[in-house]
Amino acid sequence: MADTSFSQFVKRTLARREATLMLLLVVLLVPISIRSPQFLSPNNINTILNDMAILVIVAIGEFYVILSNGIDLSVGSIIAFSGMACGMINESYPQVPAGLLLLVGLAVGALLGLINGVLVAYGKIPPIITTLGTMSIFRGMTFLLSKGTWVTAHEMSPGYIALPRTTFLGLSYLLWIALLVIALFYYFSRYTRTGREIYAIGGNPTAAKYVGVNESRVRLVVFLVSGTLCGLAGALWTARYASAVNEMATGFEMQAVAACVLGGVNFSGGAGGIIGVALGTLFLGVVTNALPVIYLSVFWQTFVQGLIVLIALALNTISDQRKTRKLLAQRRG
Amino acid sequence: MQQALLEVHNLTKIFPGIRALDTVHLSIRSGEVHALIGENGAGKSTLVKILTGVYIPTGGTIELEGKPVSFRNATEAQEAGIVAIHQEASMFPELSVTENIYMGHHIRNGRTRKLDWKAMTENTRLLLAQMQLDIDPDTLVKNLSVAKRHMVEITKALSLDAKLVIMDEPTSALTGREVEDLFRIVRDLKQRGKAILFISHKFAEIFEICDYYTVLRDGQYIGEGKVGESDEDAIINMMIGRSVDQLYPDHTTRTGEKVLSVRGLSQLGAFKDISFDLHRGEILGLFGLVGAGRTEVVRTIFGIDKADGGTMTIDGKPYKPRSPQDAMRMGLALVPEDRQKQGLVLRMSLTHNISLPVLAKLCWKGLVTKAKGEASYVRKHGDEMEIKAAGYHVDAETLSGGNQQKVVLAKWIGTDPKILILDEPTKGIDVATKAAVHEFVFEMASRGVAVILISSELPEVIGMADRVMVMHEGIQTGFIDRKDLSASLVMRYAIKEVEEVIHG
Repeated sequence: MADTSFSQFVKRTLARREATLMLLLVVLLVPISIRSPQFLSPNNINTILNDMAILVIVAIGEFYVILSNGIDLSVGSIIAFSGMACGMINESYPQVPAGLLLLVGLAVGALLGLINGVLVAYGKIPPIITTLGTMSIFRGMTFLLSKGTWVTAHEMSPGYIALPRTTFLGLSYLLWIALLVIALFYYFSRYTRTGREIYAIGGNPTAAKYVGVNESRVRLVVFLVSGTLCGLAGALWTARYASAVNEMATGFEMQAVAACVLGGVNFSGGAGGIIGVALGTLFLGVVTNALPVIYLSVFWQTFVQGLIVLIALALNTISDQRKTRKLLAQRRG
Repeated sequence: MQQALLEVHNLTKIFPGIRALDTVHLSIRSGEVHALIGENGAGKSTLVKILTGVYIPTGGTIELEGKPVSFRNATEAQEAGIVAIHQEASMFPELSVTENIYMGHHIRNGRTRKLDWKAMTENTRLLLAQMQLDIDPDTLVKNLSVAKRHMVEITKALSLDAKLVIMDEPTSALTGREVEDLFRIVRDLKQRGKAILFISHKFAEIFEICDYYTVLRDGQYIGEGKVGESDEDAIINMMIGRSVDQLYPDHTTRTGEKVLSVRGLSQLGAFKDISFDLHRGEILGLFGLVGAGRTEVVRTIFGIDKADGGTMTIDGKPYKPRSPQDAMRMGLALVPEDRQKQGLVLRMSLTHNISLPVLAKLCWKGLVTKAKGEASYVRKHGDEMEIKAAGYHVDAETLSGGNQQKVVLAKWIGTDPKILILDEPTKGIDVATKAAVHEFVFEMASRGVAVILISSELPEVIGMADRVMVMHEGIQTGFIDRKDLSASLVMRYAIKEVEEVIHG
């Protein structure tokens, strides 16, 4: 059985969601850049990418949960708790290096993700219910931790605030971290046993169970990954916006889900990829950024995002149906 | 003779690749209980689905009260007076008896178009009373026993003014007392001139309640007769009558030492007191009709379900699996009955499906899959099964049923099993693949693998197995050695209530 020829490879690549998204991005960028030539200036591109860096980190975590046929609604609250924790440590102990604060964020996020994971995997509570509960609980914990106060820019150490802005080879540390996360989890999806098992559990939990995949472990892992990435995002958030407020990242779960859906991740689990999620995030970023260019006020932002998600979901469904019909036709040949 | 209520001629239904029904005849008169008899896969369900408007026939005619009819959907069949009581009651558990009975044909107030619950409740009460049933119309269906739910379904059929009531295995979930109740109602329906099409695997019931019978085999009409004028043996011969010898090569088996030993294995509500030994290189056939509990037994052996009683040993050591992982560690493999739902992750590539059970072996430090090792592993086992596909990168959902089954088999050979369990491995696949699967099973046995083969096809069981264990309603009713194997003996054990439990 011959595996691939070049033309087949090209055909397969073009048929993928990632290619469609790329094409759509280009189509979108042409009229925008005609209208406003500075939209494609290195400066503006850099701004868009930096704006999207935190979202892509969170969306990748959300991706694994959706891939396993779950959902994580608590991402915004985990960001808030971890961001607040990092901000407060920075305020009280400014000598703690910024890099260590990132590790604190990771650890705090991992712990909260673990709570979600244990409740879902071993408490057998459906993900949507679990994270609906912990979304409020983690947000409440943030208020309790801060006693309702904020950490403002002048209470933070310059080193911490500078961390995401420092550049290396022309790109900010924030962007480098996002790229590192993308690369790491691209590898995780493709080349690790756990990555493979997440696809299997999401695609067909029964069949996975029959070959000895430990379902509980997989469900625990996806929430652990999601929590850990949110923890990292929280530490970065506080530094980037130079403040830690209790309401930070409220509603962020919707943007993370939107990025996944745009990236072609199947909402009932089992299909999707990291590159798709990254492109979905980028698409969301370009559209949001382009609103002023087409004279729409930022008040339209949420509206337009919702619209895009609906269209993306409809497209996913239509292409699924078409695929099924093609399959049936093939089999009846 | 009275004119027939329902007259079916030359009914044919072709699915892609399969002739599910081939020129079938059926004739039922009002006031008659008519048994539809046949093995699993004989075409009974397809016939019922056509009569109730679920499937549209490829050819043939259906006449109801002398007029030709064709149903485009279930509602049209219902309106014409054909109503089926399903094996698994299709009811709404959170709704009341009245709401269930009038679902889809509510009574409305003529003027306001408001639902007239008072009238519906009153009618329900009346219908229930007619059937001498002690059920409150306002009870929620979830609070009723399985038997009473059946009765409610029958009541619903009456509320629809059904002329023909189809009962598909109506007694499978009922106790002896409840069966008597059901039969009282069946006789009552008969008195009122309703026709009943009765599908059952239990001959005792057929002889007790039915007047006529029609036998199907492999989608074909075999014959019909009056129950009082036929005996069991004649009907069994109609069910199985075909020669099987030439299809299967005669295989000499060299059965080795004992591998798996099962003693008194039980699971509440599924099976009871199952005992057998399995040897190296042996093919043990496991036969039974719907509801015999075969799948449940192997699921328990494979650690998917837990046993309530009994013991198992592998190579003399106690074996008590708590998960499929435990079973796999002990060298078991299970090819499940439903390859799409249980065997494959349809949206994953063939490569990923085949390597899924052995990822641990292909991984380095439990984390990183060696992509090269995986590709050659998959090619080795996939090519061995001669899978036909555009490549191993394509998703499993793009393959035909036969090739999907080959993928499932390829997936398991690599685990190098000591005990291979196959649950209906040739169900719904084409003849060529079927032969390939048979060859595969013999090959595995000759390599010393102990095989348990579940099949609903008598010729397959008889052609392949060294020994056959037969089950009926969760109990093992017979153990037959190859030299004594015959279709009629197997079928006799499969349809009969237990006379004596035989241990193998």
